[in-house]
Amino acid sequence: MEAIKKPIRTVWDIPRHEQFAPGHNMCQGCAAALIMRMLMKVVGKDAIVAMGTGCVEVTTTPFPYTSWRNPWLHLAFENTAAAASGIEAALKALKRKYGIYKDRYVKVVAIAGDGGTFDIGLQALSGMMERGHDVMYVVYDNEAYMNTGIQRSSATPLGAWTTTTPVGKRMRGEPHPKKDIIGIALAHRIPYIATANPAYPTDMMEKFRKAYETRGPSLVHVLSPCTPGWRIRNEHSIHVARLAVLTGMWVQLEIVNGKPRVTVKVRKRKPVKEYLRLQGRFRHLTDEEIQRIQEMVDRYVEEINRWVGEEAIGPVEA
Amino acid sequence: MASAVAVRGKEEAGRRERRRIGAKGNFAAAMAVRDVDVDVAAIYPITPQVQIAEKITEYVANGELDAEVVPVEGEHSAMSVVVAAAATGARVFTATSSQGLEYMHEMLYIASGLRQPVVMALATRALSAPINIWNDYSDAFGMRDTGWIMIFSENVQEVYDNIIQAYRIAEHPDVLLPVVVTLDGYILSHTVEPLEPLGREEALRFAPKHPRGYRPVLDPDKPMTFGPVGVPAWYHEIKYQQVRAMRESRRVIEETGKLFGKLYGRSYGFIEEYRMDDAEVAMVSLGATASLVKAAVDRLRREGVKAGMVKIRVLRPFPVDELVKALENVEAVGTLNRAISYGGAFEDPLFMEVAASLASRGILKPMASFIHGMGGRDIFVREVMEMYKKLMEHAKAGRSARRTYFWGVKGHNPDDDQKD
Repeated sequence: MEAIKKPIRTVWDIPRHEQFAPGHNMCQGCAAALIMRMLMKVVGKDAIVAMGTGCVEVTTTPFPYTSWRNPWLHLAFENTAAAASGIEAALKALKRKYGIYKDRYVKVVAIAGDGGTFDIGLQALSGMMERGHDVMYVVYDNEAYMNTGIQRSSATPLGAWTTTTPVGKRMRGEPHPKKDIIGIALAHRIPYIATANPAYPTDMMEKFRKAYETRGPSLVHVLSPCTPGWRIRNEHSIHVARLAVLTGMWVQLEIVNGKPRVTVKVRKRKPVKEYLRLQGRFRHLTDEEIQRIQEMVDRYVEEINRWVGEEAIGPVEA
Repeated sequence: MASAVAVRGKEEAGRRERRRIGAKGNFAAAMAVRDVDVDVAAIYPITPQVQIAEKITEYVANGELDAEVVPVEGEHSAMSVVVAAAATGARVFTATSSQGLEYMHEMLYIASGLRQPVVMALATRALSAPINIWNDYSDAFGMRDTGWIMIFSENVQEVYDNIIQAYRIAEHPDVLLPVVVTLDGYILSHTVEPLEPLGREEALRFAPKHPRGYRPVLDPDKPMTFGPVGVPAWYHEIKYQQVRAMRESRRVIEETGKLFGKLYGRSYGFIEEYRMDDAEVAMVSLGATASLVKAAVDRLRREGVKAGMVKIRVLRPFPVDELVKALENVEAVGTLNRAISYGGAFEDPLFMEVAASLASRGILKPMASFIHGMGGRDIFVREVMEMYKKLMEHAKAGRSARRTYFWGVKGHNPDDDQKD
């Protein structure tokens, strides 16, 4: 199965073909499992995957088993983008010197979690973007180091409990807001950047498709609810993911050559409380603290609306 | 791999084209990279290897080498890039020194664990702190357990020859291990010496390229998972395979060195013996330091001392039997190294290998280890002669040194190292 060429608008445009095999060890309700499945459907068999250490890596490749029907490489935690750069450079050289894959578009897809991207992998990612490698980079963001057991990362949102941002007399969960990885990607002037969310599968897959079609570096930042880490029910991961969008905690963006657009508009926002209250990691928050998060999201929404030049995300519903 | 027979047929042509030039070690390394037609090179500046990176990009800029040069943002990424590129089927190269090697240390194990035929040049340099850009072997000895084949060069010609051979060894289907070739920082990297390059045609005949086709690579037509989780049920076996590959590499390294000699008149083995035929005391050393020891041996011989020297060319896999054979008849054995294993049974890591080699073959004789020349401190020939004399005292007394002698330390008497 080749990469999808025509736009994905409805579920009927989603191929039945599977590049990501079942039988892996991911948790029940794991959004990352869905994201991988959707991603691989879109990119098809000619993608070479470079993956960073993390949940998906350990749960899909316990030797001698593998869930990957694509060529797949894992080197380490912090160098997914560097590994992807190396594959891409090799493909370029082999094509030029020996005519390997002369008439085909074989592309590198880098996949890493938030820890492997926002924190330890940021330098390699910056290098990859700056050097302009033809790599599609997907970060599945479950907002903490889930593979090692829920430790905070720079993608952990304000107020969230993790095992290293515990709730006690002097500490009330994560003290800092989430790092702006999209802003960092923007600063590198790469041709395609998007945020995606598995509750909007066609939107997500269309973004995967465009990122794959882009020549040059592209980055897709995907929200990936984690049932044990977020302390949510297994059947709630998609529900929570959708609420992230409906409350304005997460905005579905697409930035093509620097031009931003909101792909999932929200006429009237729900209060953030509806998103927070379903998750055990926010259970300790007082009304006052929730109000502070609400104000932060209000400012963020205002910023986005100003940036895209329209009221893409509306006011909080009464 | 190409058969030796095919290479031999072209023997004469190779001899005819031979020319002699002057080159620094760094340029010799870059020329070797050009001549074996590397596909992907990751470069990052660090002293004293940086001229290798400069020269490679110059070759690419001039069209003398068709390669993708990835100017990475750090050495960790340099090694990541070349391991991934090798896994995609490319012939790869990178070079580093000192802190750069330490920065990529994690990836050294991954290169060998994934059995990727990466070739790297290491312009040896001291480690910080305090920061120091000059030569010693601390960086090289720090990677001795990372699963890399390690070849030390004594002069500029060897730098070139070793890199050419490294590709033939690393890419051999029975080996598939990364190879590092060292050149002493400044002493070789920045010193112009005579060099007879093979030229591209001959180098490629000696180390032929097989882009895809002799080992598994990342290929959409034959998808494979590289670097999965090595669960306890399999990790042990995978590591043993790596051990077997390293043992197997001995045969390939030997054949490669001999063939090189047959074709180009410069033969290479695991060790090089210098005036060892009737030697009574022998010093084991490596790298460019070996040249210095040879000079000391010559002077001692003029004084009537039966001194000899054994140069370790291949540190990994360690040439136990070759070394034992060379040393079994001398009265005392010393080692001279420029690297420290702090708190080790002996502070000289080379000595521990030499002593273990002899002891494991039931040979016990007076031994002593010497460390000098850390961080670019000059070692003088007369100092090496003094070490030989110290070694002879041990031979006479029939006793080994209890600890490593630190030579040339200001205000320090090496004999104090033996006191508690």
